[in-house]
Amino acid sequence: MKIVFLFSFVIAALAADTETKVKLPNSRADMIHGEKLFQVHCARCHGPKGEGSRGPTLIRARLIHAPDDAALVAVIDDGIRGTEMPGAEAMSHHEILQTAAFVRSLGKVPQQPVPGDPARGAEIYRTKGNCGACHSISGEGGVAGPDLTQIGEARSPAYLRESIVDPQAAVPEGYVRLTVVSKAGRSVTGVRVNEDSFSIQVRDDSGRSFSFWKSDVARVDKPQNKSPMPSFRGQLSDLELTDLVAYLASLKERK
Amino acid sequence: MKVLIWLSAPVVLLAQVLLAQISVPYERIRDANKEPGNWLTYSRDYTGQRYSPLDQIDTGNVSKLRISWMHQVNELDTLETSPLVVDGTMFITAPPNMVEAIDAATGRTLWTYQKEIPRDLRLCCGRVNRGLAILGQTVYYASIDAHLIALDARTGTVRWDVTMADYKTGYSSTGAPLAVKDKIITGMAGGEFGVRGFIDAYDAKTGKRAWRFNTIPVKGEAGNESWTGESWKTGSATSWVTGVFDPETNTVYWGTGNPGPDWNGDSRSGDNLYSDCLIALDADTGARKWHFQYTPHDVNDWDSTQTPMLIEGLVEGQPRKMVVLANRNGFYYALDRINGKFITGRPYVKQTWASGLDEAGRPMRLPDSEPSVEGKLIWPSLGGGSNWYSSAYDAKTGNYYVNVKEMAGIYHKGEADYKPGAFFNGGGQHDYKGEEPYGAVRALDGGTGQMRWEYKLRFPSHAGLMTTAGGLVFGSNGSSFFALDARKGDLLWRFEAGGAIIANPISFMSAGKQYVVIAAGHALLVFALD
Repeated sequence: MKIVFLFSFVIAALAADTETKVKLPNSRADMIHGEKLFQVHCARCHGPKGEGSRGPTLIRARLIHAPDDAALVAVIDDGIRGTEMPGAEAMSHHEILQTAAFVRSLGKVPQQPVPGDPARGAEIYRTKGNCGACHSISGEGGVAGPDLTQIGEARSPAYLRESIVDPQAAVPEGYVRLTVVSKAGRSVTGVRVNEDSFSIQVRDDSGRSFSFWKSDVARVDKPQNKSPMPSFRGQLSDLELTDLVAYLASLKERK
Repeated sequence: MKVLIWLSAPVVLLAQVLLAQISVPYERIRDANKEPGNWLTYSRDYTGQRYSPLDQIDTGNVSKLRISWMHQVNELDTLETSPLVVDGTMFITAPPNMVEAIDAATGRTLWTYQKEIPRDLRLCCGRVNRGLAILGQTVYYASIDAHLIALDARTGTVRWDVTMADYKTGYSSTGAPLAVKDKIITGMAGGEFGVRGFIDAYDAKTGKRAWRFNTIPVKGEAGNESWTGESWKTGSATSWVTGVFDPETNTVYWGTGNPGPDWNGDSRSGDNLYSDCLIALDADTGARKWHFQYTPHDVNDWDSTQTPMLIEGLVEGQPRKMVVLANRNGFYYALDRINGKFITGRPYVKQTWASGLDEAGRPMRLPDSEPSVEGKLIWPSLGGGSNWYSSAYDAKTGNYYVNVKEMAGIYHKGEADYKPGAFFNGGGQHDYKGEEPYGAVRALDGGTGQMRWEYKLRFPSHAGLMTTAGGLVFGSNGSSFFALDARKGDLLWRFEAGGAIIANPISFMSAGKQYVVIAAGHALLVFALD
């Protein structure tokens, strides 16, 4: 009987736990502190006003990974697995709540529509830009450059525009192109997929993956230009750029 | 139900046979070299050298090292435990709140203790734990909520449980306690919360506190004048890594952490004693014999808590008893362990904050080398030239092996308002992208700190080293566990463990076979020759 009782108590406790609503603080002092914390911990990627940069804009009513306040607190606390979003290592629980409250307030700011025509942008992507030679969307296209399937989710329109006209300024973290030359004379140029002290894995532009023991490698050449992507400055008109950005910004969900 | 009982019965029987034998009086730890097959205290013996006298696995056969067994823990936090091994039984901690006894030959669990811990812990760096102490028939565990707990080594049942400090004001505990004679000595953590640090000793039998050394002196005590105003009350100086003991002089050596707030020293002008110090304490009374401060008025979060090492060596032809340490601030130090006087020191990684050490070993800080609002680029990073994880020492070669980080940080100074239990940092650090950081295992001359060889690592590593009589240095990088030739630093063996390694290796012997152990991710990996 005791066991049964204990068991049902645990279930009740669990149920209560999941139903617990997070209450975000809303005093003026909390919001001011939340904004300060945002500037220190979040603004580097999400922009000083939450408008987005390397990280997505937070000026929207619905955040994909944070449909409710409890999820938002969890995202700030733990980060998002498989993305560049880290967890808050140096914030107390209360500070996380204050930051979450500030982030929620951003959702009430009216969202600026992205200018341009996404349909025309898609056409430029396929034709004049020939972006698909190196980038893929939903599995279609090349593998030399980063996948763009959900790029509109991850990057702000301003950041996307910058990375088209000045690719060197916007190389994603961990994206390194290099040439590995083995002691046997084999040379492979491509994207570094993984590397540790003892081995290196490279994927070439055709999509083949190679793995080398470093003891078998004669040298690893890293070109000075971090990105092999050409700049489209002057290649695309201002209007074409605007349309292309509008298209990329519309790529949000995996089809 | 019946089947279950039948299945578990032989396991229980085996456990009783193993555990009934366990008894580790103080003399066994003191004379640890008489039983090289066991690992009875955090660093194996009181010197802190993390040296195993076992030589079955050597430079000639280490390439045949294979997994013998693996023990997975049903928790998501990363293991940082350094196991103890006593006569065929292994004791480990698993985060966030577990202690386990394991059959060292098979990896089967013998008992598990799990502490209930509060959900509102105040932690800077995860719910980690680095190991245990054993004395007599009792295992001692410092839990994340700043309790010290004595467990029956045979069953895991609680003998006593004392609260060292209030976790709600930022105190926690992550290090392995140290059993010395009839006492259990332990440090505490919380240096990012403006706590006031201490080193405690408890009566091993009763759990009654025998002494407390407050790492920040109160008003009226010597050293308090090194803090302005009331800043000493929130000055941190924690003690979160295990110290060492010299039975000959009855002295405990224990390191202390950063002053608080970490990166803004404006409110705490002065040297801020005894932060970033090595402190020599009388083991019976906790009375301070001497202290040596590595980084006076630290503003870079360069804790000096890592396990110091007691070594003997010739200095200018004279035999000296030394205590040595590769400090987080980038300098290697050798001190006279009898009087605490500086013998020698030199940088062992790139550092840009001091022009050197003066005759007394005090760093000569360069102008404009403190954190600023805009950010100040300084080597080493806040992770330091090395960190809490253990270095290793081989008395035969005089080599001090250290896992180093060649890495800079951009240090920011910010505001700091003290609120009990809240972060009290006064700034932070951003990564510096201008120069690719790397790591290395370096062999230094133990007496001088001069480098003898290095083995470069692609990424800075956050894991400890062990050296063995087989001429090997075991270390880790990312999720790789490897063995180097101790004489030259050549790579002899590596294993991809598949989980992040943030732990110290150990070695033990069971049924005539040498084993090497490392925690990786959520598992404990145990290796032996084919």
